[in-house]
Amino acid sequence: MSGAATVSSSEAHKLVWEGSVPLLIHLHDSEVTTLPPPPPALVLAPRLGYLPLLISQLKPYFSTTLPPGVDTLWFEYRGLPLKWYIPTGVLFDLLCVEPERPWNLTVHFRGYPSNLLLPCEGEDSVKWSFINSLKEAAYVTKGNCKNVMNMSQSDQVELWRSVLNGNLESYQRVSSKLKLGTFEDEYTENISAVSTASQQNSGEADAAAQVKSGRIPVRLYVWTVTEDFDDLESAPQIDNWDKISYINRPVEIQKEDGKYFSLNDAIKSLLPEYFPGSSFDNLGDASTKQSVGDEGENTCDPDSSSLPLENAEIKLVRIQGIEPCLEIPFSWVVNNLMNPEYFLHICVCLKVSEANALQ
Amino acid sequence: MDQKESVRDITPWDGTLSSSDFFSAACAFSEKWKRFNASVPPWLWVPSRKHHLLSSHKEEGYLSLEGMCLIKSSEEQESCRSQTWKEESSISQEEEAVENATLVQSSCDEVNHYDFHIVYSPSYRVPVLYFRSYHSDGQPLPFGEIEKDLPDHSAKIRSESKWTFITQEEHPYLNRPWYKLHPCGTSEWMKLLFLGDTALNKNGFVIEHYLVSWFSVIGQVVGLKIPLGMLETVSC
Repeated sequence: MSGAATVSSSEAHKLVWEGSVPLLIHLHDSEVTTLPPPPPALVLAPRLGYLPLLISQLKPYFSTTLPPGVDTLWFEYRGLPLKWYIPTGVLFDLLCVEPERPWNLTVHFRGYPSNLLLPCEGEDSVKWSFINSLKEAAYVTKGNCKNVMNMSQSDQVELWRSVLNGNLESYQRVSSKLKLGTFEDEYTENISAVSTASQQNSGEADAAAQVKSGRIPVRLYVWTVTEDFDDLESAPQIDNWDKISYINRPVEIQKEDGKYFSLNDAIKSLLPEYFPGSSFDNLGDASTKQSVGDEGENTCDPDSSSLPLENAEIKLVRIQGIEPCLEIPFSWVVNNLMNPEYFLHICVCLKVSEANALQ
Repeated sequence: MDQKESVRDITPWDGTLSSSDFFSAACAFSEKWKRFNASVPPWLWVPSRKHHLLSSHKEEGYLSLEGMCLIKSSEEQESCRSQTWKEESSISQEEEAVENATLVQSSCDEVNHYDFHIVYSPSYRVPVLYFRSYHSDGQPLPFGEIEKDLPDHSAKIRSESKWTFITQEEHPYLNRPWYKLHPCGTSEWMKLLFLGDTALNKNGFVIEHYLVSWFSVIGQVVGLKIPLGMLETVSC
């Protein structure tokens, strides 16, 4: 999909909604009670969906071999328990740097690691998490979640069903009532037809600059490397969630004349500690950036002499399985690559010096 | 009044605060807490992990109060049960003093440990209280047991206000499940709280006092009291 010169909004949405990840799911050895062990299940999982929702497809494969007990479904990839509330496509983009097709996962029906993972009681938990994220996105965009809270029961049911079943038409019918599209008024078909090639004439850049100020719900998943890697296969394995910096912070759009706000700008604005020179700074009011308190015993450590960081380098950006050109207008990315709960999920790999790497 | 504090007009205020305001408010809050609550452990600022090697942007982090122990007295009637918080380290000392009648005779099993974090939410632009509870052996408490620990009026506050409810979510920094008081209504009731204070309406308010006022409400839900003296420092 990268390099698509002209993709209309509706085409982009369709491609995103149809996006899926083939999974080859193996039952964990400790839960196999029959010989021969059952073969793994091959499942096509929607990118926009969530792993626990696959239970109805998986159970028939493994039910006869499971030990007695109550089902508590969870997944792992190479020993890493998977966070079930992160959309499947995002998990794949993040953890499978060199895309593995099919993606080999291990499933468990017993022994839920509740010290590590949030409890999940099936579809209801996933739905609650989805609606909660939707409310958060509404709050970010509008300053309140009234539109979501005031949804009729039937609309809520239809919205969730459309996500469950991957039904874009049904989804658009209900979600449009929420009026959560930030750039709805500003952007029409001509903008989404803007070429993603690096050469842009000034006319298109001007059109892209007509963006109102606002906040965009973004979830950034950042991992760091200290060395270049030539191909994705040699990229280091993420074997621990502590190696990923999860940044759930809205991007603040600044209106600047003559300049459009690119995807590159947006990502850098969320990482001011790595990109201090970036002109868009998201950390709050400049006026209150003063050292506070100077008593020796202050628990807030008054030392405000900051060492400037060397600039890091963005090595990889993945959104909905594609690696977009970083100079694309951020508004296009938001309009077309967002998840159904109105969050844009971005996986980023940064190259940094040893001292600045995430341990 | 500290000259560095900036006075703001209440009228256009929406009840929220910026990330750097949160840092200022957190410093003010922890400093006052130490001053007025000397017998209780202090709130410590924990810079977020990715910044531990760097001293720039140390403003990103959260307030932490850990190792609080909830002692349950052996009152026969539940309604007379008093909630006493003690610092973890002080308990082991007291256990040696056998005459101390306030401690339940049986071992640490009766003691539930609580950790509290105040974390800023960039989405809602308000502070959020996260907490977790565990037995002395480290086993986490199921929510049913936590509910029994919460003060009686907590359930009342939570049921009456559609804004205040407890959910279980992943800690934004620690990759573990924690409980939190959901922030979706915070800005609304903070604004009401400040609007209800005529002195603030007249003279404007100081954003550094935000956390003290916020905590005076939130603390009630989990049974953490704010000393009166501390509250008085934020009304003019």
